[in-house]
Amino acid sequence: MTAGTTAPGAGRTAPAPGGPARRRGPGAGQGAWPLLFVGPLVFGVAVFYLWPILRTAYFSFTEWGVFGGSTWVGFDNYARLVTDPELGRAALNTLAYTAIVLLGVPIALVLAALLNRPGLRGATLYRTLFFLPYVAMPVAVAQVWKIIYNGDYGILNWALGLVGIEGVYWVSTPGWSLVATAVLGLWLSLGFNIIILSAALRNVPRELYEAASLDGASPARQFLAITVPMVGRSVFFVTVVTVIGGLQLFDLLYALVGTANPVMRETKSLVYLFWEASFPSNEKGYGAAIAIAILVMTACVTAVQFLLQRKWVHDV
Amino acid sequence: MSDRTRAWPTHLVLAVGAATMLFPFVWQVVLSLSTQSEATSATPTLPAAPSLAAYALVFERLPFLSQFWVSVLITVLRTAAQLVLCSMAGYAFARMRFRGRGVLLALTLSVLMVPSQVYLIPQYEIVESLDWLNTVQGVVAPGLFSAFGTFLMRQFFAALPPELEEAARLDGCNPFQVFWRVMLPLTRPGLVALAIITVLWSWNDLLWPLVVTTNSTDMPLAVGLATLQGERSTQIPLVMAASLLAMAPVLILFITLQRRVIEGIAHSGLK
Repeated sequence: MTAGTTAPGAGRTAPAPGGPARRRGPGAGQGAWPLLFVGPLVFGVAVFYLWPILRTAYFSFTEWGVFGGSTWVGFDNYARLVTDPELGRAALNTLAYTAIVLLGVPIALVLAALLNRPGLRGATLYRTLFFLPYVAMPVAVAQVWKIIYNGDYGILNWALGLVGIEGVYWVSTPGWSLVATAVLGLWLSLGFNIIILSAALRNVPRELYEAASLDGASPARQFLAITVPMVGRSVFFVTVVTVIGGLQLFDLLYALVGTANPVMRETKSLVYLFWEASFPSNEKGYGAAIAIAILVMTACVTAVQFLLQRKWVHDV
Repeated sequence: MSDRTRAWPTHLVLAVGAATMLFPFVWQVVLSLSTQSEATSATPTLPAAPSLAAYALVFERLPFLSQFWVSVLITVLRTAAQLVLCSMAGYAFARMRFRGRGVLLALTLSVLMVPSQVYLIPQYEIVESLDWLNTVQGVVAPGLFSAFGTFLMRQFFAALPPELEEAARLDGCNPFQVFWRVMLPLTRPGLVALAIITVLWSWNDLLWPLVVTTNSTDMPLAVGLATLQGERSTQIPLVMAASLLAMAPVLILFITLQRRVIEGIAHSGLK
């Protein structure tokens, strides 16, 4: 889109005085058109996203009174943040949750590789089933998982009983409540990972596998030597998406464990803490500081991931 | 022959995986057809007389219809607005030259790196000051605009060959006609991907609507289910039926369009 390419168009219409001439004139871009195209979106993004980011940064230095109004308190909220045992706990919970959900990446890679085997029967059916949880409403599936996990009449403990294992109250036992939430999170995200990794696997040239077969490489060896390195970029992508999603843990905790459950005290995530401070407790200044902390943590984790990518992932 | 011997472990692994994916849904259906005492018996039991009574109760005891309507409205409004606004802005960022383009694009994309909690409190303030709490416009407003959608559409437009535009311009199309008639139809995969992502997120999202809606008749389904309390929340068949009905529209839509959806998601991931 250079001045040269717009010139012929300009020659077609007789240049009128004023706006239209400037609009079509070479070198002047497209006059008011770009504004019409980006204006509405930029307005919305400025009002609902950019301005609020500045406001939250400001709020994090204020304290909110019970009857409205806020006062500048300097770094008080941040000082409270670093000494708040709940925050450390929530950060650990969030990271532990993320670590468990990340197990879904290798699982998805194996399943995607199996789904992509040439001539596999029923591949479409398998694909549909793996895809189901991804489009399901997390809050709605959490309702049935709550019953499955139930310590008294849950089918999970009944099944464990069949093989001689005594189950616990998964959702109400400290520690297990987080694991139970993470398993649900893994189950929900598996379909997305499989879709992305399947698409990447389809781009791996078949000849590589044929050559490896001729050299006598076992399927497992082919998986490690060809599949894993060839889809490195996509594995990295789903890892980043999983981690960023993991750090956002809220819905599942809210729906599966529930605000009234005593175990929630030990199970809170960072976003849960943010929500609790900002809304039920109406300490929006402190909530804003937690939001900034989440921003910093997310940025750090993402930066580490990109550094690791540079080291390990080789583009093909 | 070697193929067949190698196929069965593959099927075994995939079948176990697929069954794990499917089982919670099946169990949810079974529980929704059971009685409360069957649903809470220590040994899992299939309903002796499967009954749809719980589904009727969903409409009697819960504000399901009004919540359903809120969900439909916010999903339709957000998806329509994002398709229009993000494709127009994405096109301009990819193909038009204008002063401040670099800065505006950088500012828009910077939103992508910021977790949603960072803008949530001020968004709430805006909605509250407009007196939009417990209204559809309040739930919808911030989600009409999307930095991610703009970025996605920009990538699709940037990949199209410039010759197309030149030809259209030579034919005397104004910039809007070039965009609308020539370029936009060519980004259909992008539009499909954006629509899918927006529908899924609008229908399923919890945190924002939880904060701006407190009246049970003004909340979308996700909030309604998550905040069920008291006696109704312990009625297992009722809760199962309500949650199945809440996710059914999106499940059915996406299973019907499965191929499109899978392509769309893969596209958005690879761009």
